[in-house]
Amino acid sequence: MFYTRLPMRAADALCEALKAEGVEHVFGIPGGANLPTYDALYDAELIHIQARHEQGAGHAAEGYAKASGRVGVAFATSGPGATNLVTAIADAMMDSVPTVFITGQVRTDLIGTDGFQEADVTGITMPVVKHSFLVTDPRQIPTYIHQAFHIASTGRPGPVLVDVPQDLSRADIEYEPAAGAPHLPGYKPPSEGNIKQIRLAAKALANARRPVIYGGGGIVNANASQEFRDFCLSDRLPVTLTVMGLGAFPAPHEQWLGMLGMHGTRTANYAMDNADLIVAVGARFDDRITGKLAEFAPRAKFVHIDIDPAEISKNVPAHIPIVGDAGDVLPKLTSEYGRLNADPARLEEWWKQIGAWQEEYPLGYEDSEDSEIKPQRMIEALYKVTEGDAIITSDVGQHQMWCAQYYNFSSPRRWINSGGLGTMGFGLPAAIGAKVAKPDETVVCLAGDGSLIMVCQEFATAAVHDIPVKVFLMNNGYMGMVRQWQELFWDGRYKSVEMGDSPDWVKLAEAFGWTGMRCTDKNEVEDAMQTALQTDGPVLLDVQVTKTENCFPMIPAGAAARDMVG
Amino acid sequence: MEAGTPDLIKLEDLEVGSGLTGRKHVLSLLVENKPGVLARIAGLFARRGFNIDTLTVGPTDDPEISRITLTLDGAVHPIDQVTKQLHKLVNVIKIRDMEPDQTVSREMALFRVQATVESRGEIVQFADIFRAKIVDVSRRSLTIEVTGSNEKIDAFERMIRPHGLIEMARTGEVAITRSRPDS
Repeated sequence: MFYTRLPMRAADALCEALKAEGVEHVFGIPGGANLPTYDALYDAELIHIQARHEQGAGHAAEGYAKASGRVGVAFATSGPGATNLVTAIADAMMDSVPTVFITGQVRTDLIGTDGFQEADVTGITMPVVKHSFLVTDPRQIPTYIHQAFHIASTGRPGPVLVDVPQDLSRADIEYEPAAGAPHLPGYKPPSEGNIKQIRLAAKALANARRPVIYGGGGIVNANASQEFRDFCLSDRLPVTLTVMGLGAFPAPHEQWLGMLGMHGTRTANYAMDNADLIVAVGARFDDRITGKLAEFAPRAKFVHIDIDPAEISKNVPAHIPIVGDAGDVLPKLTSEYGRLNADPARLEEWWKQIGAWQEEYPLGYEDSEDSEIKPQRMIEALYKVTEGDAIITSDVGQHQMWCAQYYNFSSPRRWINSGGLGTMGFGLPAAIGAKVAKPDETVVCLAGDGSLIMVCQEFATAAVHDIPVKVFLMNNGYMGMVRQWQELFWDGRYKSVEMGDSPDWVKLAEAFGWTGMRCTDKNEVEDAMQTALQTDGPVLLDVQVTKTENCFPMIPAGAAARDMVG
Repeated sequence: MEAGTPDLIKLEDLEVGSGLTGRKHVLSLLVENKPGVLARIAGLFARRGFNIDTLTVGPTDDPEISRITLTLDGAVHPIDQVTKQLHKLVNVIKIRDMEPDQTVSREMALFRVQATVESRGEIVQFADIFRAKIVDVSRRSLTIEVTGSNEKIDAFERMIRPHGLIEMARTGEVAITRSRPDS
């Protein structure tokens, strides 16, 4: 291939580099310091979605990435624009979302002078990025963009920030299209797992009498859900997933124990507690999974498969560590395990025990005797009307956990939520991003009323750009999860958790040009949802549910799995 | 099946260590010579709660690469976790956990000590024993330069302190691997 060097403004080269990376959509807001980039966007064949707050742009980029597996891109200007992005960057770090954030910076002669709209954004974001670049020479701009995409999307994915001073993006450079892999001497993500370790794991598993397979978001990130299923189904291995992993295994299924962790099923948590071997795949033993670490799975040995070596033995020491991409390791593990012809009868006692737990502790709730809508019933209705096959984004709180419990996700990249950082307000902008990435799919944001109000300016983004997302608001008039904790652990002393009567959600939606609907009767929920899905354009459905329902079962913070309540 | 490996692994036989080695570790890092690299490393240590005992930064024979030498206590921190976290930094090219018996490490220190007419002789003698150099003299004090292992410098400090230590500056250790005798 033959390349010519083209004289070009660096901001135009930035857009060329984005296109060379396959970018079609970017989310963002212009401002003083990134004006050259926006001037370049005027001519570039990139579709720009103008968010109403930089946090919204950031979460939209995350939703785009999570729905599609491609790198999400967001722009912001310097100073407040960049600091508004920080929550989304931290969120992308915690959930390993491949994203590139491009911020404007003040002119190089103003850096360090406390100039207007100056913020040291590379400094501020240092703890929450996979990597970051501060451009000091305009010729670096396309190079850094290519490096940023490579770093964001390979190994354990994550956010990369590129901070571009205004004067440098206006400068003229000779743009040379990138060829080959970028030169990054300190960056060598692992891919293939060590075959000896994989054999060891297979042998341990073949000898285990009470095994549990515990999968996480890493399976989804590695696009290895099929390989994960093949492995789990190669024998009668009990399977549980974290909130980030849901969809990696097709629920419901006879080998499915339900989600594990703080609001997981009793069966999944008790199985972990009694297991003799736990095979963790793309999961990181977060405190929401382990509860009290000293009492976590006390009888178990651990096989830990992860692409990030630093996750292995970080919280729970691994007896058999396997560093590698789940897509590479799992087929090898399946085949090595298969060669051992493990005796399936050894698992009979274990399944009997699991069956007893499932019978004794099914997920359930008491339905209302009148027309009141129980939140769990709302999720069941959502599952029914979407036939279990919509892309569901969510905010953070009770509604998120109920959805994780009652919506049986059966394929990956259908459940888009903020698991690690737990960012209220994630759902609406993430839904916008997901719908942009997957315009032919039904995208529903299951929102909480405490969360949605934090990002409600993004109603305008969906309206103006004609992005037909559906928001099903689980409206209980509280920040419900915080209220639940105040009820259970703080003697019911409710403080600042009530949302009151404001806003009138239907009117608010209509003010933004959406269709607003309301539902207060449990017998009308499905019809209302059906109508909302069939209505053109963005729709908000305000579903008024029981105000003080608690989300159970639950491992109280700092307690052990066997001490679940509710 | 590999020769010598049992067909099945007994789960009882699987073990893990505590991750703590109980000794001092010297980590030698080769990093890209770029702005902000030291801040990334310092920030990583701060947010993960790792406590650095000493840290030095300097150039290498390659102008694009700097060497950072840091020491930390393996009784307090799982060194394995520290190095794995450091490896995640894109600007960190290479990390070596220096083996004590295969490593030459040195530190330099400057001591300013009170020196009266009576005590001056004894201080100079100590300096001689430690092969230290007197680098500055005034009527009431001596400034002494000492180079050596950090134990040697600790020992010198213990000897000199009773005379009235006015000020001390230590560089922290730098380290390099010993060459094999036959190479």
